[in-house]
Amino acid sequence: MELDAFLQEITQKDGVSGYEQNVAAFISEAFSPYIDDARTDNLGNLIYYKKGKEPDGTKVLFCAHMDEIGLIITGIEKNGFLRFTSLGGFDVRTLPGQEVTIYGQEPIEGIIGYKPPYMEKGKEKNNSMEMENLFIDTGLSQEQVKKTIKVGSVAAIKRNMLTLLNNCRSGKALDDRAGVAVLWQCARELSRMEHEAHLYFVATVQEEVGTRGAVVSTYGISPDLGIAVDVCHGDFPGAMEHEVSPLGKGPVITTGPNIHPFLAEALSDTAKEYNLPYQRDVSPGPTGTDARAIQVSLGGIPTALVSIPLRYMHTSVELLTLEDIKVAGRLLAYFAAGLNNTFVEGLSCL
Amino acid sequence: MLITALSQIPGVSGDEARVRNFIKEKLSLWGIKHHTDSLGNLYALKEGSKNREEPGLMLCAHMDEVGLMVSAIEKSGHLRFYKVGGIYEKYLVSKPVCIGANSVLGVIGAKAVHLQKKEEREKPLDAEKLYIDIGAKNKEDAEKVVKVGDYVSFWSEASSSAKIIKGKALDNRAGCAALLEILQRDYPISFTAVFTVQEEIGIRGARVAAYRVNPRIALVIETTSAVDIPEAREQDYATSLGAGPAFTIQDESVIAHPRILERLIEVAESQKKPYQFRRYGGNFTDAGAIAPAGSGVAAGVISTPCRYIHTPVSILFKEDWENLVEIVDAFIRSVHEKGLEI
Amino acid sequence: MNELIKKLCESFGPAGREDKVRSLIIGELEKFNAEYSIDTLGNLIVARRNQGEGAKKILVAAHMDEIGLMITFIDERGFLRFIGIGGVLKNILPGMKVLFENGTTGVIGQEKIKEPKEFDLDRLFIDIGAENREEALKKVNIGDTAVLLSPFSREGNRITAKSLDNRIGCAVVLEAMKRLSSLPLPNEIYFVFTVQEEVGLRGARPVSYRLKPHYGLAVDVTRVGDTPEPEFKTDVSLGKGPAVKIKDSSVICHPRITGLMIEVAETNNIPYQLEVLERGGTDAGAIHLTREGIPSGGLSIPCRYIHTPVEMVDLNDVENSVLLLVELLKHSW
Repeated sequence: MELDAFLQEITQKDGVSGYEQNVAAFISEAFSPYIDDARTDNLGNLIYYKKGKEPDGTKVLFCAHMDEIGLIITGIEKNGFLRFTSLGGFDVRTLPGQEVTIYGQEPIEGIIGYKPPYMEKGKEKNNSMEMENLFIDTGLSQEQVKKTIKVGSVAAIKRNMLTLLNNCRSGKALDDRAGVAVLWQCARELSRMEHEAHLYFVATVQEEVGTRGAVVSTYGISPDLGIAVDVCHGDFPGAMEHEVSPLGKGPVITTGPNIHPFLAEALSDTAKEYNLPYQRDVSPGPTGTDARAIQVSLGGIPTALVSIPLRYMHTSVELLTLEDIKVAGRLLAYFAAGLNNTFVEGLSCL
Repeated sequence: MLITALSQIPGVSGDEARVRNFIKEKLSLWGIKHHTDSLGNLYALKEGSKNREEPGLMLCAHMDEVGLMVSAIEKSGHLRFYKVGGIYEKYLVSKPVCIGANSVLGVIGAKAVHLQKKEEREKPLDAEKLYIDIGAKNKEDAEKVVKVGDYVSFWSEASSSAKIIKGKALDNRAGCAALLEILQRDYPISFTAVFTVQEEIGIRGARVAAYRVNPRIALVIETTSAVDIPEAREQDYATSLGAGPAFTIQDESVIAHPRILERLIEVAESQKKPYQFRRYGGNFTDAGAIAPAGSGVAAGVISTPCRYIHTPVSILFKEDWENLVEIVDAFIRSVHEKGLEI
Repeated sequence: MNELIKKLCESFGPAGREDKVRSLIIGELEKFNAEYSIDTLGNLIVARRNQGEGAKKILVAAHMDEIGLMITFIDERGFLRFIGIGGVLKNILPGMKVLFENGTTGVIGQEKIKEPKEFDLDRLFIDIGAENREEALKKVNIGDTAVLLSPFSREGNRITAKSLDNRIGCAVVLEAMKRLSSLPLPNEIYFVFTVQEEVGLRGARPVSYRLKPHYGLAVDVTRVGDTPEPEFKTDVSLGKGPAVKIKDSSVICHPRITGLMIEVAETNNIPYQLEVLERGGTDAGAIHLTREGIPSGGLSIPCRYIHTPVEMVDLNDVENSVLLLVELLKHSW
């Protein structure tokens, strides 16, 4: 399977925060040829282990979250329409007219509905709608709906991945299936390389509701260093230059209090050594990624963050270029292959 | 399936060629004579088996859908756009579209929610703040595949299940499909079926068609808004799904001719088909251009109720559409059997 | 059981100062000879051990604390300024009566407000009837915490009181413990009356870390949507049974536990509802992220007007909550 096909498939596997089973099964299958051991922890995090040559070798954690933002049903109205709230952060304005799949006893399709413009009165016209003004329309009657859907059923955004110019792909859940794709690319590259360090590739759960999967999976592994792979804001019209990173110029390496400075340097050095394009960005506080949880786990873990530039984050038309994912996968593989215990010990000497 | 196939074809007002070609192909296949005019209206002349005389009956359905048009290409390669027809702006963001004759794919993007301040998030994202991203590196790159003036339509997959049909542009591909369904059958009398253009931007095709055909009686086959949703009070539903095709009594452009309305009710009841009235007075239809044509035409409108018209995905009940076809069929036959005095 | 609920609701126990409630609960525990321990933060733990093969360790948590107001300043004329402990609703405070630990009572007054947006806790004060600061200091001091003062009452099947959040949860757990006391159980159960839930689930976290249970279950109240224009639309209502928590802002409950709860409810014909709480958290939020993660769930008692002096629950829901908890703990996990 190639990256394009992997990304197509993985974004189509619905895996909303807390309900990641479908996508978990696909990920396990895709990783299995490249790793030595696999386990699933109590919250559903997938932990893949690849043994290093050095018995006393460093333990390295790479993680990317497999959950996507989604919706959860809070009520069933008398005509079979469904009320909902979100799992993770949505821009409500992107929801009207969006198709969804609701996972009752069986998957059912629906559309998120809103009123037509002529029905908006007064201030409503000039304001965006609120989630409580939206509902899901399945076309079914209340009786038919209640047979399979309950309060608590989850719904995922329905969107096929689109192929655009310049190797760009647009679709839903690229935050953070793109990160999982980077880990997969990395594992594939490493299957052809030797490495001293012991590697843990983790597909975390529930990042979108508070980096919860990373809290417990990091505790369970107790790594010597951890690298989170997520997405960052890609450039778009009207953006302030410092807030975004252009597509196609390589993965972004973050610096700031959440990141161990030596790790960020080592990643940049690796990129330079192998002539891989890369970018830098900064975060003045804890990042909105699994890196925030990793750094303060147990006795503290040296942490880094590598991100793929992504436009329109948290919409159903998130957009990136495959090139950036390929480069990121290679970067992490070369970095992992070059790790030794001396470097890791030096991380405690700040 | 005719409706789902028609739904997926791009055909924004002014760019109806691809829809017209699909319909022309069917007409040729069925041996029905047809021609077009300079605006793009498609006229099908259905010959009656018994009575070749023209009773002056015209049926029509508009082929066009609401959409967008590329207004400018930014340095970054992003496309700005105008609205074509009454597209619902609040439904635009985060949707895929296809552009121009080659259906280049793009997405309507918006600033990520994380980068927005609270006041920004509370304002709607209207057409001016949005743009289309086709993945181009810059303006030059974009200009290789799109240009200012290209038409843009939603890119939605149409689907059907036992009960519902879902897709874009059901207003008015459902109407076109119904008219095609009628044209496949045999009738004792002749009539003209017109697939009109540019209804959504001012019922312009119909005006011209009425002049050319000069009918005595006209029945417009449309798709109308059903607002039987939780956010509406029952009195504001306009029409409801599952309650049968809707007869217009009055809309913003026309008061349905009482004889036409009576005959529709009569045939519906004798066929024991469900029907409802369109309980809303706004919006215009082709009937508004036909009724005042020449010395005046007795015009009426029959519509399939449909939720979320003018948005990327609308939904209707199959049974309402099927009942519409049967009522129109019965209407035509009754004009033959009993005539229709105006 | 109503007597117990009344005593619990009327007792004093804001987050951080739970001693009085804890003593009251200990008094109940001693009635059926339950052995208990108290940890560093004040969590009250009752262990029902079971070394049997296949026995799982289950932590059942019900928080003892309630919201309160803490004095930060006493002015010259004896008026007290305060901050909120936990999620205090500023809109219900003006005109309320409050109670301090030593029995002192006071009322909440309000400064003139020119514009609704200005209104906040710092425009309110407590009046304990003191003439000046000196007199006030004889009764209270900076750092003292008050709770809302409101009598317990019953109308038909509904009881109204302050701090049903979460004294009703404590009552349900105590009653379940009583009914289970003479029965053999397949699992090892730690009944924990936790502290400081209202200020951030702070009691539950260390006690889970120490006990290392296999599963966690929080017994608490949840919001309902059956009043006019409720703040959050939800199908949960009074009188339709205990709610099986699917999710709240602090936790997405583990499907094994929600599945088990539904199965047990249906097998025993106990009415139940499904809860998706848009805003609100419970001890399960802290328990499930401890160490390597602990699958957790919630058994919720539907409650109207949470965090006001007139919280309201339905007695049938309370009895059914006890039944569900009892059957659940009799089951193997």
